[in-house]
Amino acid sequence: MSPTMIGIYVFVLSCFVGYHVIWGVTPALHTPLMAVTNAISAIVIVGAILVAGVNPDQLGLVGADGTGFGPPLAFQLLGFLAVSLAAINIFGGFVVSHRMLSMFKKKPKSVPSAPPQK
Amino acid sequence: MDSPVDSPDFFASFYLVATVLFILGLKSLSHPKTAVRGNLLAMVGMTVAIATTLRAPEVQVYTWIAAGIVAGMVIAVPLALKIKMTAMPQLVAALHSFVGLSAVLIAVGTFITHSAHHELNGTLEIELALGSAIGAVTFSGSVIAFAKLQELLRSSPLLLPGRHWINMGLVAGIGFFVFQFLAEPTLFPFLVLTLLALALGFLLVLPIGGADMPVVVSMLNSYSGWAASATGFTLSNHLLIATGALVGSSGAILSYIMCIAMNRSFVSVILGGFGATASDAGAATAKKNVQSAAPDDVAFMLDNASKVIIVPGYGLAVAQAQHAAKELFEKLHRKGIDIRFAIHPVAGRMPGHMNVLLAESEIPYDVVFEMEEINNEFSTTDVVLVIGANDVVNPDAKNNRSSPLYGMPILDAYKAHRVYVFKRSMKPGYAGVDNALFYYDNCSLVFGDAKASTQAIVNALG
Repeated sequence: MSPTMIGIYVFVLSCFVGYHVIWGVTPALHTPLMAVTNAISAIVIVGAILVAGVNPDQLGLVGADGTGFGPPLAFQLLGFLAVSLAAINIFGGFVVSHRMLSMFKKKPKSVPSAPPQK
Repeated sequence: MDSPVDSPDFFASFYLVATVLFILGLKSLSHPKTAVRGNLLAMVGMTVAIATTLRAPEVQVYTWIAAGIVAGMVIAVPLALKIKMTAMPQLVAALHSFVGLSAVLIAVGTFITHSAHHELNGTLEIELALGSAIGAVTFSGSVIAFAKLQELLRSSPLLLPGRHWINMGLVAGIGFFVFQFLAEPTLFPFLVLTLLALALGFLLVLPIGGADMPVVVSMLNSYSGWAASATGFTLSNHLLIATGALVGSSGAILSYIMCIAMNRSFVSVILGGFGATASDAGAATAKKNVQSAAPDDVAFMLDNASKVIIVPGYGLAVAQAQHAAKELFEKLHRKGIDIRFAIHPVAGRMPGHMNVLLAESEIPYDVVFEMEEINNEFSTTDVVLVIGANDVVNPDAKNNRSSPLYGMPILDAYKAHRVYVFKRSMKPGYAGVDNALFYYDNCSLVFGDAKASTQAIVNALG
């Protein structure tokens, strides 16, 4: 199998896993679900790190000999921006999910359940 | 390089751990009790993924990575701690746009590195083009959704003449430049197709009206997942492919649930225009008589009831009546009255929004019920209070074939012995449709601000 075909296998099977897992999520938690999935879709940070971590000297971008890609700094800024955007998602998504999920607590009966008066 | 620690399998096994942690994290959201732990599992998964990637041989410079992560933290954490729960849809839309833009930048960066190392081939070029295009649509679509939710743009649909033709033209243009890019893999056709995809994202969301926003937010959630998957294909990284697919199917399911709850087909939401023509529906029936009630009357009825259901809508949050609703809940609960909350799937501006708003005001989740769970209970309920909701209790959705709402599942509040609808005025609801419930014999309207009325009832209950 070609690497792409293996990727397609992983993709299709993961869609099925996702389908079954997500239907199990209680509707009351659909907003936090969206915030959590938002945070984990920022897994693209892996790609961002691979761009931002490249040593630009190895890309042959330095010489202004018409490679067309502009100075190395622009490349690094691009990587920096990609990492920052993904990181905003990770921190924002997880923190806000934690805040929301912490609200869903069954109170240890802050209200005393008095017997019916009628 | 070939030490066992740095072999491709080493990375793949840690990425597998991260994937499993994400799946377990999502699975834990099946119940509020385990949900906090689920979020923590996902955080651990993310940490494993990042730490593993930092060890990759390609990663040689850490300055920009560290700077980016710190910048993300400094920007996001205070915002996430402060944001109001009513503003959650905007926040989520904004975050979707960041994933989209990040995917575009990664595609450009990956193209540059692979092209410098002469590693481009036809498959990779198609994957890069797709990744960038999906990311761009996610980005621009989310920006528009954010602007509409934040009311920077009017939420009513903006209908350009011939917009379907324009969209088809854009799709054709993207296809054309993908071929250009395959023929001659340079940055120019790549950037052009990305710009066309940006324009497509704008035009796809602009014509969608405010009432359909829950679907749009879910749909963009799904797109952000597909964008991550596409990025995974460009990097041959199965962690990204699998995680993106999880997120993508999650968003797709939520969109489907929202469409069912509004009785709208997905295609008609995407094509847009809902809410543009519905404003004339209210006039014809305005002459009929409604009964009105004072808070004291409601309090008297509540005092003598044994079973009460509150139907909250987004209007309750707008009027900031959550706290008053909680006081009402506690007072009735203390009197031994069976009191519950009934939530329609589209109450609020995104899936599950109303549940979060009630949870925030410390109403325990075990008295909050979904539509299917509670709909049979209304016929045996003494008093129903409809606070800040309208269309979701409109019996026309069941009985009146000519109503625009016809076919939408509703909460059967009209079956209760007595229904009180809290309303500011006789203005129709979000969808602009008159509500037949108001003219029922068992229904009275409590006019005034939802917060003030609820508070007055609490006070009258003594």
